[in-house]
Amino acid sequence: MALCTLPGTATMSRTISIDPVTRIEGHARISLQLADSGEVEDAKFHLTQFRGFEKFCEGRPYREMPALTARTCGICPVSHLLASNKACDDLLAVSIPPTAEKLRRIMNLAQLLQSHALSFFHLSSPDLLLGWDSDPAQRNIFGVMAQNPELAKQGIKLRQIGQTIIEMLGGKKIHPTWVVPGGVNEPLDSAKREAMLEMLPNALTIAKDTYALFKTMVPRFKDEAEHFGTMPTMFLSLVSPKGQLEHYDGFLRLKDAEGRIVEDMVTPSDYPRIIGEAVEDFSYMKFPYYKPMGYPNGIYRVGPLARLNNADSCGTPFADVALAEFHMLQEDSGPVRSSFHYHYARLVEIIFAIEMMQRLLKDQGILDTRVRARARGNRTEGIGVAEAPRGTLMHHYKIDDAGLISWVDLIIATGHNNLAMNQSIKQVADAYVDGNKLSEGMLNRVEAMIRCYDPCLSCASHAFGQMPLSIELKDAAGNTLDRLVRDA
Amino acid sequence: MPINAPPPSVRVVTLRIDGLDLSAREDETIIEVCRENKIPIPSLCWMDGLSVVGACRLCMVEVTGQNRLLAACATRVAEGMEVTTDSEKLRRYRRTLVELLFAERNHVCSVCVSNGHCELQWLAEACGVDHVRMPYRNAGYGVDSSHEMFRVDHNRCVLCTRCVRVCDEIEGAHTWDLMGRGSDCQVITDLARPWGESDTCTSCGKCVQVCPTGALVKQGTSVGEMVKDQHFLPILARRRSAR
Repeated sequence: MALCTLPGTATMSRTISIDPVTRIEGHARISLQLADSGEVEDAKFHLTQFRGFEKFCEGRPYREMPALTARTCGICPVSHLLASNKACDDLLAVSIPPTAEKLRRIMNLAQLLQSHALSFFHLSSPDLLLGWDSDPAQRNIFGVMAQNPELAKQGIKLRQIGQTIIEMLGGKKIHPTWVVPGGVNEPLDSAKREAMLEMLPNALTIAKDTYALFKTMVPRFKDEAEHFGTMPTMFLSLVSPKGQLEHYDGFLRLKDAEGRIVEDMVTPSDYPRIIGEAVEDFSYMKFPYYKPMGYPNGIYRVGPLARLNNADSCGTPFADVALAEFHMLQEDSGPVRSSFHYHYARLVEIIFAIEMMQRLLKDQGILDTRVRARARGNRTEGIGVAEAPRGTLMHHYKIDDAGLISWVDLIIATGHNNLAMNQSIKQVADAYVDGNKLSEGMLNRVEAMIRCYDPCLSCASHAFGQMPLSIELKDAAGNTLDRLVRDA
Repeated sequence: MPINAPPPSVRVVTLRIDGLDLSAREDETIIEVCRENKIPIPSLCWMDGLSVVGACRLCMVEVTGQNRLLAACATRVAEGMEVTTDSEKLRRYRRTLVELLFAERNHVCSVCVSNGHCELQWLAEACGVDHVRMPYRNAGYGVDSSHEMFRVDHNRCVLCTRCVRVCDEIEGAHTWDLMGRGSDCQVITDLARPWGESDTCTSCGKCVQVCPTGALVKQGTSVGEMVKDQHFLPILARRRSAR
C-alpha cells in the first residue's frame, strides 16, 4: 500500500471512490460524495457488472431453469437451484414427496453452513481478528492462519463439511443437478446418511467453539456495532407456519424497526403484492422495496439478521439458546438493528443448520425411495421462494403453452439489501471518513460494513488482500487532492 | 452395415489400418472395419443402420497413395489399402471441426438435458477441446416444444441428419428434412410446420434416440437426464434389409 498526499484545496465538493470493493462475491464500487465542509453528503454502492439472466432465459424450456439460474452464483448455487425448482414445482402444480422435501432441506442447510463459514472465516475474520488498521498484506485468511491457525483450520473444515454434504447428495459440490422439478432425482442411501451423520458432531463442536469465541469479541466492536447500519428498517424473511426459523418453505413475515409485525403469513406466491422493484441509474442492481410504503421509504433488510429478528424461535436446542443471546445484543426490546450483528446471526444459523441436518438425517423416512412427483406444466406462472444464505430469494417464471419461458423475474437476496447497504455506507462514512485526509483503516471500515451483508454479486469470490484498490479524492475541477493506492 | 444391400457373393480383402493387418469384406467401409476391430475413429453423422452422408468429416483418414484425406464412412476398403486413422494432422483437423461446431451454435453443456450423455461432448473430450479458439457466433436459434412428447432445440443441432435418415429409412415417415443454407440451415418437420402439428410424425421417438446431442430430447427431462438408447437401430435396419 502506498499513501500519498497531494497538495490542493479542501474546500470544494469531492468524490471518494473505492473500486473495487474487496473480499466480497462480485464486482462493486463505493463512491462517497463529500460536501465543501469535508462531510459525507451522499454514499452509493454501485454494482458494476451486468448479467442479463432474466432476458436470456426467455425462450428456454422451463426445466432448464434450475441449471441455468444456478449459474447466477458459484457460492450459493444450491439456493438458486431450490428456488428455481420450487417455481417449477409450482408450474407443474404438484406437491413433492415429503422425503424429497426433507432431502432438499438438508442440501439447503449444507449450503447455508458452507456459505456462512466462507463469509465469517475467509472473508470477515481477517477484519475482526487482525483489526481494521492492520497491514492489508496480512489482513486475509493467511494472516488469520498466522495469528490463530486453529481457528483458520476450523473455518476451512466447517466449510468443507458443508460442501461435502452437498457433494454426497448432489454428486458435485458446485452446480449439482440432483434437485429437479417435482423432487430430487435419486433417493439417499444409508451409507451416505451414516457418513454425513458422522461428520456433523465435529461440525457442531467447531460451530459452538467459534460462537463462544465471537461472543467474547463482540464487546470490542461496540463502536462498529453502533455505526454499521443501525438505521431503522424493516426485516423480511420466511418463517415456518409456527413462526420458527425457516430456510426452505413457509410464509413471508415482515417486521418493522420496532419489532411490530407488518405482514405475516404471506404465501410466497403473494410476494408481488408486497414487494416492488425500483431501478437507479448508478447501479445494475435493482432496489426492491415494500410496496405499501413506496420507494424508497419501504426499505427492509433480509438475511441472517432479518431471519433471527423475525423468528419466534429456532426449534433446535443450542440454536435457541444462541437466539436468546442474540436478542440481548439490542438494549431495548426491539429487533437487533446493527448490520454488524449479521456476523453474530450467521454463527447462530450455522449452529441451527447443523442441528437441523442431524434431525432430518435421523428421520425414519429419509431413506424412502419415493422422491419425485412427475407431471408436465399445468400452470403458466410459477413462483419459488427460499432463504439463501444472504436472504430471501425469489424466482418468478411465466411460460407459454409449449412450456417455454416467456418472462422471468429474479429477486436476489443481495438485491433486497440494496437500499439498506446504501444507507449503511452513508452512516459508516459519516462516522469514520474524514474528507480532508484518507486512511486505510477508515476506508476499510466502509468496505467491512458492506462485508457484514456478505453481498453476493456474482459467481465467484475474489481473492482476498490481493485486489488492487485505488481511492482518490478529487475536487470539483477534477484535481486530485489525496490518493491511496493498494497494489495488486 | 454396408452402404447398400450386400451382393450375393462378396470377396474378402486384406488391408492395414494403423499398422494392423486386417481382413474385411470388400463391401465394407473403412469406418465399419475400424468399429469391428475396436479402432477408435470419431464420427457424428455416421451411424450403423443408416445410409451414409459423409457430412461431419470427423472420420477423415489418411490413405497411402491418396493426396487428400478421405471420409472413412464413405470409403470402401480395397485390397492392400494402408490407412492411418490417427496422426498429428488428423488430430488438428478433428479438433478444429469440433470447435467450429461449438462456435456455430449454442451448445451450453452445463444446462443441457444431455449433459454427460452427449456424443458431441465425448468427441470434444476425445479431441482435447479444452477451449474454443474461434469466436462464438452467439446466434439465437429457436426451440420447438410443440410436440407432446418431444422437443427440438436448434441451438444444439449439429446437422448430422441422423433424424432425417432414421425417419425416412427406418420409420418410413419422412417427417424430418432440411431447410435453409449455411448457418441458417436447420432440420424441419413437415415443410417447416411446428412438430406438434405434424401430420406425418408417428411419435415413435427414433429421431430422438439417434440424435447425438441434446437437440432432440424427450419432454419432462431435466439437466443430464436424457440418456439415449440406440441399440434398436442395427437390429431394425438388418431386419429391414433382410426383407
